[in-house]
Amino acid sequence: MIRLFAILMLLALPAQAEQIVLGLSQDEVAITVTFEGSEIIVFGAVSRTAPPPQDSALGVIITIAGPSEPVTVRRKAQQMGIWVNTDAVFVNSAPSFYAVATSAPITDILREVEDLRHRITIPRAIRSAGAVVADSVAFTEALIRIRTDQDLYQMRQGAVTLDQDTLFRSAISMPANLTEGNYDVRIYLTRNGTVIDTYMTTIPVNKVGLERWLYNLAHEQAFIYGLLSLAIAIGAGWLASAVFTMLRR
Amino acid sequence: MYIYLPIAEVSVNAVLLLGLGGIVGVLSGMFGVGGGFLITPLLFFIGIPPAVAVATSTNQIVASSISGVLAHFKRKTVDPVMGGVLLIGGVIGSAIGIVIFNTLRALGQVDLLVQLCYVVFLGAIGALMFVESLRAIRRSRGPSAVPQRRKHNWVHNLPFKMKFRVSGLYISVIPPIMVGILVGILAAVMGVGGGFIMVPAMIYILGMPTKVVIGTSLLQIIFVAGFTTMLHATTNQTVDVLLALLLLIGGVIGAQVGTRIGVKMKAEQLRILLAIMVLVVCGKIALDLLIMPSELYSLGAGGQS
Repeated sequence: MIRLFAILMLLALPAQAEQIVLGLSQDEVAITVTFEGSEIIVFGAVSRTAPPPQDSALGVIITIAGPSEPVTVRRKAQQMGIWVNTDAVFVNSAPSFYAVATSAPITDILREVEDLRHRITIPRAIRSAGAVVADSVAFTEALIRIRTDQDLYQMRQGAVTLDQDTLFRSAISMPANLTEGNYDVRIYLTRNGTVIDTYMTTIPVNKVGLERWLYNLAHEQAFIYGLLSLAIAIGAGWLASAVFTMLRR
Repeated sequence: MYIYLPIAEVSVNAVLLLGLGGIVGVLSGMFGVGGGFLITPLLFFIGIPPAVAVATSTNQIVASSISGVLAHFKRKTVDPVMGGVLLIGGVIGSAIGIVIFNTLRALGQVDLLVQLCYVVFLGAIGALMFVESLRAIRRSRGPSAVPQRRKHNWVHNLPFKMKFRVSGLYISVIPPIMVGILVGILAAVMGVGGGFIMVPAMIYILGMPTKVVIGTSLLQIIFVAGFTTMLHATTNQTVDVLLALLLLIGGVIGAQVGTRIGVKMKAEQLRILLAIMVLVVCGKIALDLLIMPSELYSLGAGGQS
């Protein structure tokens, strides 16, 4: 009986009327010695089994999120004439990079409830719990402000171009100060402010070549790495002295 | 040209770093200071994470100090005996300093303490040296330039006397060891080589000739900075070898140039320039503490505050 009910339910849901088909300009980001940031073009189409509804507009939201990590936000205050760190708020999890691109002003295509559920906008992507300071909102705002200044957080409304309600495309630039990890790309389709389909894929961001080798050496063979650093320093110091002695002669 | 640093995880202008290393190298060769008290704040300023900046600058100090000390060895302006005695004190001092540093970190506010240390010590030493060398310059310019006889003070009345041939001193080993310990403690707490404390201490407490002081100070800084580099590399993994390389290319060349400039200058002029530089850095750090910062908030990596 239950099984029959389940089958009926499946049939009753006429699949999703609109679905995302996605492409990316690159499927990984390699951090090399001369890495200066990267631009990722996210493009795709909306595939339909039925003609699009005429009563509502289609919204497309693209987000790219770097690996999340805990952050401590500290605030300075003046005490006895000097500025010192006083209050601190511990943020459990904040993405190291977060970009949001939309096809229209976010309030027009996404309702507050849906934002809460899917954690789409920047403030929603940050999770902070157990704040002991009264005005903890100010700390979260400071976190967003500082990272926005570094281009690590981007809110670009209208940066997604939508063609004939079917083809969409957006270029998202990633700054040079990226951390390693898997970056999640999410696409949301909305109608009437409600999310009707989502699609997620991952872009790995990794150090390669010399960067990879040095990073691994520093963490896995710390003693040898330390000796290597000293050897370079001693060698360079001696070399400069030898070269200058030769020049004087 | 931008280079991505593997440990610091930021992209920086390579030419800027070469220039920065060069300037600090010149100062290092001229004054016998490692330059840690200059380069670390400068690295903060261009956006290198503080932990990486502190650890990496110790590595660059090793390079520029070696470059400088070799130039001084050729001029026979290094006192290896004095350097060795100071180093014994320095190692004892560093060990004590690390214990103090860890205790203070457990209590919190270690950043503030380091900054206050900078202001107090840089301010006091800079002001003392400035006044003294200004007096010395006035004396030498005056018509009655009578060479003063070196006064005997308490330093000369202690046991365990030893001959320091290059410095032309016959004094007890206790004062150099005490100076070494003091500098070692401060170096560990403040995260610097300690040259800017060592140099005036050698001139005013031990009575060494200024020309010998610089080479000898560099000699002992090599060991202190090398030891610190290894500690940072093995415990925190915060030494960025690529960043160090860029800094030290400029640094070693600068140190050679600086040594040559230093030789041509008078001792009082060298001292007054070092005093001015120390006072400028002190003033900058003091202003940072006194003026309301434009951004009250700062971000720290995970962990409870």
